[in-house]
Amino acid sequence: MKNSVIEVSNVFKHYGEVRAVDGVTFTVCKGETLGLIGHNGAGKSTLFKMMLGLTPPSSGSIRIQGIPVQGSAFRALRRSIGYLPENVVFYDNLTGLETLQFFAALKGCERDKCLPLLEKVGLAQAANRRVDGYSKGMRQRLGFAQALLGKPRTLFLDEPTTGLDPEGIREFYQVLNDLNTRGVTVIITSHILSEIQERVQRLAVMKSGKLHALGTVQELREAVDLPLVIRLRIQCPPGTLQEALQGIAIKELVVDGSSALIRCQRACKMDVLRRLGALDDAIEDVVVREPSLEDVFLGYAA
Amino acid sequence: MIEFAQIKVIAAKEFRDRIRNRWVIAVAVIFTLFALAIAYFGSAQQGEVGFHSIEVTITSLVSLVIYLIPLIALILGYDAIVGERERGSLDLLLSMPITRLELLLGKFAGLSAALTCATLAGFGSVGLLLASQLDPAAFYHYAGFMLSAILLGMVFLSLAVMVSVMSRDRARASGAAIAVWFLFVLVYDLTLLGVLVLSGGGFGEDLFPLLLLLNPADIFRILNIFSMDDIKVFYGLATVFPASLSNPWLLGSMMVAWIVMPLSIALWRFK
Repeated sequence: MKNSVIEVSNVFKHYGEVRAVDGVTFTVCKGETLGLIGHNGAGKSTLFKMMLGLTPPSSGSIRIQGIPVQGSAFRALRRSIGYLPENVVFYDNLTGLETLQFFAALKGCERDKCLPLLEKVGLAQAANRRVDGYSKGMRQRLGFAQALLGKPRTLFLDEPTTGLDPEGIREFYQVLNDLNTRGVTVIITSHILSEIQERVQRLAVMKSGKLHALGTVQELREAVDLPLVIRLRIQCPPGTLQEALQGIAIKELVVDGSSALIRCQRACKMDVLRRLGALDDAIEDVVVREPSLEDVFLGYAA
Repeated sequence: MIEFAQIKVIAAKEFRDRIRNRWVIAVAVIFTLFALAIAYFGSAQQGEVGFHSIEVTITSLVSLVIYLIPLIALILGYDAIVGERERGSLDLLLSMPITRLELLLGKFAGLSAALTCATLAGFGSVGLLLASQLDPAAFYHYAGFMLSAILLGMVFLSLAVMVSVMSRDRARASGAAIAVWFLFVLVYDLTLLGVLVLSGGGFGEDLFPLLLLLNPADIFRILNIFSMDDIKVFYGLATVFPASLSNPWLLGSMMVAWIVMPLSIALWRFK
């Protein structure tokens, strides 16, 4: 595919009888952010490790920026790849700055870029404190700074916002957005689906090692076809609504005093809204709620 | 293609860690105190104390070093890789532009540098105290003793790194390290001696010296004892060990082989 930076092609990973990754194929384009979601044990971390060349696939191929991850040429490419592992662990006896300088030396980056990076992730004040005194959120920020060393062109972020406070999460996505606009390609996993759904261009849903779905959040919603929810504030007897919606295949109608809830498939949405509109003053307010990413994810998981 | 800069980064971190946590100074002090005590009280059984000839001092020190250095090297190196794996920092390290070979060599070089510093500082300071007794020949012997002690440390460090790569967790690695120490320092010689005595000296007359070369601790002993004519007559080993095999260069090469072999196995397993 044109502009594809990450190419995963029919990748399998077996551990004895267990198929940790089972025939996964997808591509990620330059500047795209792909969210990778799935239950614990779905195969996300194994796939991450294979994409980073840490463990070889049983079969299939993975290329990053056109270079096979298992080849000797991949070593040089690692300088332009940033990786933040889940539950990142550093050396407790080093300060934040020393930690960054150690990884900078391995990546062949300039040492004087480390302090500005710590400032970027909000850790400048703690630069000379030992990592064993860092909170979970601070370690995560340090991990993000480490992933940003050497101006990476591809970022692999495994649960990057774990332990961050809301402000930290907002700052993290601001930096990520800035990187995206500069053409950095990102793969990100998160358990906080509401957080990820607004920030990724596409989502890949993994289950039992297989890639169950791949597309934009909207495409996944439509593919799962979960019912959407219409909440109403009404000023009419319960029977009026039932009468108005007769002939439409709604899933559920619940009337409780002055409020009502309708559950229906997306295909019926406009029919329902048209009938409600015809009731004029009997309807005081309408709120349509699309299925959340959690709903979609659970739909796939089921 | 090996990038030495990457090896240097890992080695420098390992070495700096051991300087910072005062490991080097602590081990150097242990070496100094033990060496001084042995040098001064080494002849107490004969009813006298004080510093004697350098040959007698080295002989006593060999007995100390043969137990102490393998133990310290194994303790130093057993968690080099398994520790990183268990903490969860290994994946991040390997996601950097570094090969597994460079990581292993870096760890080994840094830890070797720390152990070498401690050995030189510990035994070197005792050497300085004994300087008044050191004529050029004695100085040569003492320098040879320190060099072989460093090699012995590197051999057991190499074994420790191998154990670290092959173990599933730190607890198993520490157990395996202790087993290695028992095997090479205690069990091996006892077994050989037992077989020799049981067979009335008839078993493996030609094989016995070669079997001794399969134990780095024995190579260290032979290197130091056989280089001193005054001492070797006191050792029963001299009667079974042919002069042709006691060439220091051959024995030194065996020590180097003992460093390379476990590291090679470690690399093979690590990959």
